[in-house]
Amino acid sequence: MQRIGVFVCWCGSNIAGTVDVKAVAEALKSEPGVVFSTDYQYMCSQAGQDMIKEAVREHSLTGIVVCSCSPRMHEATFRKTAQAAGLNPYMVEIANIREQCSWVHKEMPIGTRKAIILGRAAVAKVNLNAPLTPGQSPVTKRALVIGGGIAGIQTALDIADAGFEVDIVEKKPTIGGKMAQLDKTFPTLDCAACILTPKMVDVAQHEKIRIFSYSEVTDVKGFVGNFNVTIKKNARFVKEDICTGCGACVEKCPQKKVPNEFNLGMDNRHAIYIPFAQAVPKVATIDPNACTMMKTGKCGLCARVCTAGAIDYTQKDEYIEEKYGAIVVATGFNPINLDKFDEFAYNQSKDVITSLEFERLTNAAGPTAGKLLRPSDGRHPHKIVFVQCVGSRCSACAEKGKEYCSKICCMYTAKHAMLVRDKYPDTEVYVFYIDVRTPGKSFDEFYRRAVEEYGVKYIKGMVGKVTPEGDVLKVQASDLIANKQINIDADLVVLAAAIEPDKSARGLATMLTASMDTNDFFTEAHPKLRPVESPTAGVFLSGACQGPKDIPETVSQAGAAASKVIGLLAKDKLLGNPCVAKSNELLCNGCSSCERVCPYGAITYADKEFRMPDRTLRIRRVAQVNPAVCQGCGACTVTCPSGAMDLNGFTNGQIMAEVDAICK
Amino acid sequence: MQVNEFKPLIVAFCCNWCSYAGADLAGNNRLNYPADVKIIRVPCSCRVNPMFVLRAFQRGADGVIICGCHPGDCHYTSGNYYARRRMAMLFSMLDYLGIERERTRLEWVSAAEGAKFAATMNDFVANIIKLGENKRLEDLRCKK
Repeated sequence: MQRIGVFVCWCGSNIAGTVDVKAVAEALKSEPGVVFSTDYQYMCSQAGQDMIKEAVREHSLTGIVVCSCSPRMHEATFRKTAQAAGLNPYMVEIANIREQCSWVHKEMPIGTRKAIILGRAAVAKVNLNAPLTPGQSPVTKRALVIGGGIAGIQTALDIADAGFEVDIVEKKPTIGGKMAQLDKTFPTLDCAACILTPKMVDVAQHEKIRIFSYSEVTDVKGFVGNFNVTIKKNARFVKEDICTGCGACVEKCPQKKVPNEFNLGMDNRHAIYIPFAQAVPKVATIDPNACTMMKTGKCGLCARVCTAGAIDYTQKDEYIEEKYGAIVVATGFNPINLDKFDEFAYNQSKDVITSLEFERLTNAAGPTAGKLLRPSDGRHPHKIVFVQCVGSRCSACAEKGKEYCSKICCMYTAKHAMLVRDKYPDTEVYVFYIDVRTPGKSFDEFYRRAVEEYGVKYIKGMVGKVTPEGDVLKVQASDLIANKQINIDADLVVLAAAIEPDKSARGLATMLTASMDTNDFFTEAHPKLRPVESPTAGVFLSGACQGPKDIPETVSQAGAAASKVIGLLAKDKLLGNPCVAKSNELLCNGCSSCERVCPYGAITYADKEFRMPDRTLRIRRVAQVNPAVCQGCGACTVTCPSGAMDLNGFTNGQIMAEVDAICK
Repeated sequence: MQVNEFKPLIVAFCCNWCSYAGADLAGNNRLNYPADVKIIRVPCSCRVNPMFVLRAFQRGADGVIICGCHPGDCHYTSGNYYARRRMAMLFSMLDYLGIERERTRLEWVSAAEGAKFAATMNDFVANIIKLGENKRLEDLRCKK
């Protein structure tokens, strides 16, 4: 029989407010196996933990039940406490009487009765706990960063600077992401390319970093410390290690009418192209859907002009398998599709553009060489209207847009407005907003400069409709403070479209078994305390894939993710999860049912010798679980027809004891 | 006022990675659901042996609900698919025994769906209250 100590936590008033903790401690004293039961305000504090250690010593406890917050919060904490007290850390069970009791039930008698029942279930379980020892697995000291924007770049640099090898997989032909498309960045008005390109070059030249550009991750197997990843390198039809990026092929390519993705379709590129002048790697790529040679077999001009002989029309997609210890997701974001927002005439008029398109127009390397010209007729706009929150904060129209705030738009519109007023003082600028959100460092001062120094007209109100009429765009909006309707004949309308995670993220989440929320942002292990780790061990998050954020926050988070990766890769051995499946060889009949359901291939079969009742020896085929590979899901335990397979930490006996205690 | 005083006994099996976290989120957001629901944590919905469900009914539970990750999102890749098949067979057998279909449920709740968890529990308990006590599967020999 165990000697169990029960420790009921008040959690300040979080539990004690709706559960009579003293009554719970008193009621559990009489449970089978319990020799000691007490309560305290903050069990997880130093004083609380010392109390547990003292009780273990004084009462020779062999098992501990803590009635407190969720085990997802503090199971690890109390396991460490048990270990410090000399107990095996797996002789601890937590009864969740906070998130699943005191916080959801308002009346004290009801909450107290339920807390006692949950405590009983935990005691019943601990009575059947056995000491468990974690296995060890090696760590592959290489990290994978999926996504080559500023988040991926910064994470990779930080990991590589610590001495570990990093591979970046980027699906576009070049790294750089959205930041490479920006003109200036808030709040410093730094030129985006000027601060990004040195980092891109650092990545290219770093001896510990490898870039897989124009590539995608197609399969991920394994677990933390031991991932096996398959990377598909899409065929560029150009030999990457020979191409010098001279651009002669691009000049001569006769196919000039392909919409240029980098300029968001506002101008054209060639079928063979280098995305932008500072691309890393600076190699050409052939778009097989646009190339005449690839489609009809006639042309081949680029191969003829290439002095390096880098063109290879027969190149095939390549699949590479590589091992990694840690994976960082940095897949970034995209502005949403505005097809459902016909009220703003985005699809009806060329002069209604998104903020990212505006960014390309003002960029000196953009389709108009930095001159702000209307896309329809190339004339300079004299009245510009910026519309905020297009598709963001859409609670009423959840199917149309997003419920959340996209965070970056208030600041980038202030930036756009200021840049216009600075370059073209004769142009009037209106910004229609719901709120102006400027929480960062120097952000509010930035926005106030736009209003006070640059004369940007901020109007609190929403834009109801934009109607193209001849040369102008008729903007109907409201001014909520003056309490009237406003009509403006604008030359250019810029929509601050909501941002959403990149579409590739969904498939990646399934491959990594990383959680996503309902908006397809990757979920963090804890929203406040563990913002860069996914609940799946070994998978980390960096940048806008986890939630909308600007560049300062992205760089911050990238460093945080890198530090978590470094902490993982610095270990030589990882302690595994000891809650793994175990086969009772005397009951196993070798049917292979368990082997077939295991998602990790952790079960194999071995021939073993058994002594039969009649003293003869027989060789039988029995199941063997590899504790380093088993993740402890328990699928095999239910499949086993003999009941030979059980799961440490969640044995059949333990779960049934919990059921019995609850139903008593 | 005649109020039905029947307090049902509901056992919920929640998978650690999604539904248990969803239940925690319901608590974080201070949502309410009846205290009749008691949650047992399992690593995956595929750990739930149909025997556990039967045992709960045998010991007097009035309703049993199993919660797991949405298909495609299982932390162990395929666990919830196994759970789906097993529970389909179990519920079919219970139906054959004459046990009301509403006494059991398999629900997918993600870690971000605190509201769905609370709503599911409220709905499930309301149904059980309408059905009344589990007389058919309760084994009085288990009551001391």
